Amino acid sequence: MTKTKSALLVGVGGQGAILTAKVLVNGLMRAGYDVKMSEVHGMSQRGGSVSTQVHWGEKVNSPVIGKGAADIIVAFEKMEAVRYADYLKPDGVVVINDYEMASSSIAAGLASYPEGCLEAMQKHFTCHVLKAGEIAESLGSAKCMNIVLFGSMVKALGMDDVVDWEDVIASTVPPKFKELNLKAYRAGHDAVKA
Amino acid sequence: MDRQLLSGNEAIARGAYEAGVKVCSAYPGTPSTEIFENLPKYKDSLYCEWAPNEKVATEVAYGASIAGVRSLCAMKHVGVNVAADPIFTAAYNGVSGGFVIVSADDPSMHSSQNEQDNRYYAKSAKIAMVEPSDSQECLDFMKAAYEISEQFDMPVLFRTTTRVAHSKSIVTFGQRTEREVPPYVRNTRKYISAPANAYRNHPKLEENLKKLAAYGCTSPLNRVEMGDGKIGVVTASIAYYYAKDAFPEGSSFLKLGLTNPMPMDLIRDFASKVEKLYVIEELDGFMEEQIKAAGIPCVGKELIGNLYELNPQLVKERIFGEAAPVTDVGVQAVSRPPALCPGCPHRGFFYTMSKHKDFVIAGDIGCYTLGGSAPLNALDSVVCMGGGFSVAMGMAKAFEAAGVTDKKVFGVLGDSTFFHSGMTGAAEIIYNAGNLIPVVLDNSITGMTGHQDNPGTGFNLQGEIAEKLKIEDILTAYGYKKVIIVDPQDLKAMEQAVQDALASEVPAAIIARRPCLLIKRIKHDIGKCSVDPNKCIGCKRCLGVGCPAVLVEYKKARIDRNQCVGCTVCAQVCPMGAITREE
Repeated sequence: MTKTKSALLVGVGGQGAILTAKVLVNGLMRAGYDVKMSEVHGMSQRGGSVSTQVHWGEKVNSPVIGKGAADIIVAFEKMEAVRYADYLKPDGVVVINDYEMASSSIAAGLASYPEGCLEAMQKHFTCHVLKAGEIAESLGSAKCMNIVLFGSMVKALGMDDVVDWEDVIASTVPPKFKELNLKAYRAGHDAVKA
Repeated sequence: MDRQLLSGNEAIARGAYEAGVKVCSAYPGTPSTEIFENLPKYKDSLYCEWAPNEKVATEVAYGASIAGVRSLCAMKHVGVNVAADPIFTAAYNGVSGGFVIVSADDPSMHSSQNEQDNRYYAKSAKIAMVEPSDSQECLDFMKAAYEISEQFDMPVLFRTTTRVAHSKSIVTFGQRTEREVPPYVRNTRKYISAPANAYRNHPKLEENLKKLAAYGCTSPLNRVEMGDGKIGVVTASIAYYYAKDAFPEGSSFLKLGLTNPMPMDLIRDFASKVEKLYVIEELDGFMEEQIKAAGIPCVGKELIGNLYELNPQLVKERIFGEAAPVTDVGVQAVSRPPALCPGCPHRGFFYTMSKHKDFVIAGDIGCYTLGGSAPLNALDSVVCMGGGFSVAMGMAKAFEAAGVTDKKVFGVLGDSTFFHSGMTGAAEIIYNAGNLIPVVLDNSITGMTGHQDNPGTGFNLQGEIAEKLKIEDILTAYGYKKVIIVDPQDLKAMEQAVQDALASEVPAAIIARRPCLLIKRIKHDIGKCSVDPNKCIGCKRCLGVGCPAVLVEYKKARIDRNQCVGCTVCAQVCPMGAITREE
């Protein structure tokens, strides 16, 4: 079995995890890695929980990983971090957006949002928690929240030297959002303490 | 050549293009839809279309094959149920141009009503089956599938699963090869499936299957990766990669790409070279049953099981007992079921229906299946595409026969589903005098699969303007003497429409018409609603509409401005007038 790394990007449909995965994949391909990526479409588009897996290395077999196998989870919403925690390796790393989004059952008052999501994750894993939405808004648009989280992910996984990520971002996002996304990347990167 | 990261579906489209395919027809269905969404980029070289349903798509593609060109149809697994009729007979007749049917199966039912294993269709229909494991194989095997179809004179079932269709991996492109189209010659002996011809075609088909089984033993689609000879694994599709990750170094693999008919001599030879043979496949024991029936001992389903998707960890766990190092963080996430989007036109309809406890409502497959979820809870059944009308008919007849008089029956389906197979149910209700109200939820698009055009939208797959079929004209022509067209977002009008239809002395139908808010080519009336906390009494009636944008916090309603689009359905149900749309 060849040595590979895998990232799990989790959130709620519409949060922009797909673009984050695209930047990651473009960079890994530029660096010469074999890459496979898997996401589930369909009903998950409508407010459901969504997950995208990226698996890379010299040679990758399965596009998907099982439980206890992810090197990093990037959670766009904090309850989603908890939902997918069992996919993380015991020494895995987590980047969590400190943001709460009620599910339809919570909004309808049929369930309540679980307490202590962040603390539970921090107790078991190396966690980097940031308010990516607020950082993004302070930079000019909440929409670049996904790239803020991407910056944190690169730092958290020690992937700075893999490729020139700023150049990858610049060539992946639409030109008019280039500067905004570069700022977002740097802000997310700096939010993670070495 | 450029390396590109493509999904299996994108690669299948590319493969069809490179294989010189000329006619392509499909009905959308997850996880197959993106194949045809990617075909219009090759429209200078091929014709592609959305058909009203999978049976029509298959017949169009098969007709093109009879006329001599290479053709393609694609559908989700349950679509093959709809298309099965022409497929079984096309097997007897054979082909002129290569004919490939893509079946995209959905283990774990990410977006489906069942996880049927369509490999049995290939065996039952007696046609070749090709199964790719990744995107490069999706492209390469498409080209091989057309060669097989023409060489062995039969349709090919090209079977993927969600993870093959939707996973992305690196692909290198080739060039399109134009295949010369032979001059058309009428061949009644081959193509008129009358009993006498079918009688003679069946033995020819059996002969071709034997030849194909022999070919399978030398085909490059089936390959051996020999290890140390201790453990051997027969596998196919995405399960090949799961097995590669799960089995120890030194294991041998027989990786099958041509899986019907099974290359049994090749499997026997492989089995003889290993000490222990495993068969790793998702869903049913399609390969294992046949290998065991051939007298070759192997282990598979007794350990792996036949439910849901596999992954490398599950294979490791079930074959070798190696449990995953799972951390329990001690907090339970609340489920996040999909809901009708804010501003969804279906919401007003289902809210109206939810207020009547004597309504029995047979639903259908589409976004509106979500009308059966809490808090709307306004569906009694969902079976299959088109079933909304006919299942409701059966329920209405049952109530009549059993003397049940306190139920009012409705059959509900969408616009695309109406054209798919709802029209026959609409005819049935008139013809056999059904005591029920058929309702078409016309959001002017095929919504759940991600916005494909259909005969009612006025556009075709290429995005060109097409003839727009009017549902009201069709219903009127069928004999519905009262067709009520209503905006479901106007709750008063919606309720009135339901009451008018129920009171009607002549056959009545309802079209609840408002376009899906996500249709990009329409300019929608978007706004924001807000709650006046001084007027809100915390009665939570607004939660009954099941809108993701409506919450109750600190005993007062609140509307999430990021999600709200100002549809006002929640405002219409508020007894205090506390919710208003901002001007």
